[in-house]
Amino acid sequence: MSQIDNIEDTFAVAAAARSDAEITRRRQRRAQAVSAAIRYAVLGAVGLVMLYPLIWLVGASFKTNGEIFANPGFLPKEPTLSGYVEGWQTSTPYTFGRFFWNSFLIILPKTIGTAISCTLVAYGFARFDFPFKKILFGSVIAILLLPNVVTRIPQYILFRDLGWLDSFLPLWVPSALAGDAFFVFMLVQFLRAIPTDMEEAARVDGANSWQTLLFIVVPMLAPALISVCLFQFMWTMNDFLGPLIYISSVDKYPVSLALKLSIDTTEAFEWNRILAMSVLTITPALVVFFMAQKYFIEGISAGGVKG
Amino acid sequence: MTRSRGLGLAYLSPYIIGLMVFTMVPFLASLWLSFTDYDLMSAPVWTGLDNYIELFTEDRTFRRSLWVTLVYVFVTVPLKLGFALFIAYILNYKLRFINLFRTAFYVPSILGGSIAIAVLWRYIFATEGLVNMFLAQFGVEPINWFGDPTNALFTITLLRCWQFGSAMVIFLAALQSIDKSLYEAAAIDGASKLHSFVFITIPLITPVIFFNLIMQMVQAFQEFNGPYIITQGGPLKSTYLLPLYIYDEAFRRFDMGYASAIAWVLFVIIMILTLVAFWSSKKWVFYAGDKRS
Repeated sequence: MSQIDNIEDTFAVAAAARSDAEITRRRQRRAQAVSAAIRYAVLGAVGLVMLYPLIWLVGASFKTNGEIFANPGFLPKEPTLSGYVEGWQTSTPYTFGRFFWNSFLIILPKTIGTAISCTLVAYGFARFDFPFKKILFGSVIAILLLPNVVTRIPQYILFRDLGWLDSFLPLWVPSALAGDAFFVFMLVQFLRAIPTDMEEAARVDGANSWQTLLFIVVPMLAPALISVCLFQFMWTMNDFLGPLIYISSVDKYPVSLALKLSIDTTEAFEWNRILAMSVLTITPALVVFFMAQKYFIEGISAGGVKG
Repeated sequence: MTRSRGLGLAYLSPYIIGLMVFTMVPFLASLWLSFTDYDLMSAPVWTGLDNYIELFTEDRTFRRSLWVTLVYVFVTVPLKLGFALFIAYILNYKLRFINLFRTAFYVPSILGGSIAIAVLWRYIFATEGLVNMFLAQFGVEPINWFGDPTNALFTITLLRCWQFGSAMVIFLAALQSIDKSLYEAAAIDGASKLHSFVFITIPLITPVIFFNLIMQMVQAFQEFNGPYIITQGGPLKSTYLLPLYIYDEAFRRFDMGYASAIAWVLFVIIMILTLVAFWSSKKWVFYAGDKRS
């Protein structure tokens, strides 16, 4: 009998031990569940606070002027399109369509110029040896950290002397000469991480460096190049100070300046026009971001980004 | 890699031309201009240190503007980075929908620099705006955001903190690369979450803290759109940051020499702080192995 008792004891001890372990495990699981719940709660609350102003903006753009400062909710009580219809007309002889077209005319050449010049320069840095390479690459980092404010005034005088004021050239040309050091840096980092076997093979087969760049390197660089184009698109769309300094005729205004103009002329009373046009001006950047967010996130993680 | 040394330079030629024409020459020219009186109409007149002497002895707007800029930067950058790290830390966990949250938090960074968002800020912080309507639910009296000097600057700080997304993504990438076994080992040794965070997490991500710190600081010193659109530098010049002052001197009053002098003071401040950060980084930034980033 004592043996059986022993066995029973053993079982009891084992069972107790097991249930202890079970309790600990359950406790841990509960702690984890609580921790996860807290995390979700914080993230959800922060997310709501972050995004609600944008949600409100969209709702408010369909509200009447009287309702904008009276209704904190999203849904308009008397939905109206008047903000969009009247805002689109603007107080100038042009519609907002003209300003979007101008923004497009600034962005497209600038982005293409950036992509081409930065690819050439990054390829040069990542795959060749030449005199002063260290100093030149150091200058890329220096430009990255150099506040634009210190070069802006002489640049303005230079563009004035060239007769480029009130044209898009001051906005295009510096970028077409790989002036956005951040993109050069990002592409160099990306290229350094790509093995050179394919390029070696191409060279053995008699391709020159130009052909290697075009047919081997560029296809491999494609994801990084997409990031470059997306960031340049977004930053140029948002850029305000550049156009503010260089563009003076209203018929050449990009949307950022046009929006500022509409504040100056109508803000005292026609609030919904301004909100409606604000919604329109952020839509392109939002659409592009949601279509290609992978490239944005990878782009920042890879190079680190301002913003 | 050793063939034709000229070829590499040929590929770099756009950059070298741009570097000379749009950076080096303007950089030196602005230093020279800062010692002159130049109104764009007649040739620049050398005036020696006059601009700087005026800035530091007579110009009360400059003193005010410099002070406001320093306050703005020293409040905004730590707040923004602290918040970004906090959210990144919470996100760095096996959570469902992590990508959804990351995307949501990144959206303001996409739009934050735009004029549309600055406009939105004017509306939500208006006396009858969204923020006060919300606060009224808790019985808080309407706050005069743009009429009070301290509050006005704070709305711009909030706008930039709202854009914590890109700093957060960089922090998150760094947090995700930390070896989980370090935390398990620490937990076995009885370390609390807080201990692990202070003694494992922070040291391992000092390189990205350093990177974010420098980038955000350089950027904050150049804040223009926020105060230009939201507060126009007011009230009582409480949001009149140096870039606004430089813009007004250069492109409204066309006093290019004086504006260049202010720009150089701003540049020297940024440079000194950057150098201090780089110099001190040897003491607090920890690079694991040879992964010098």
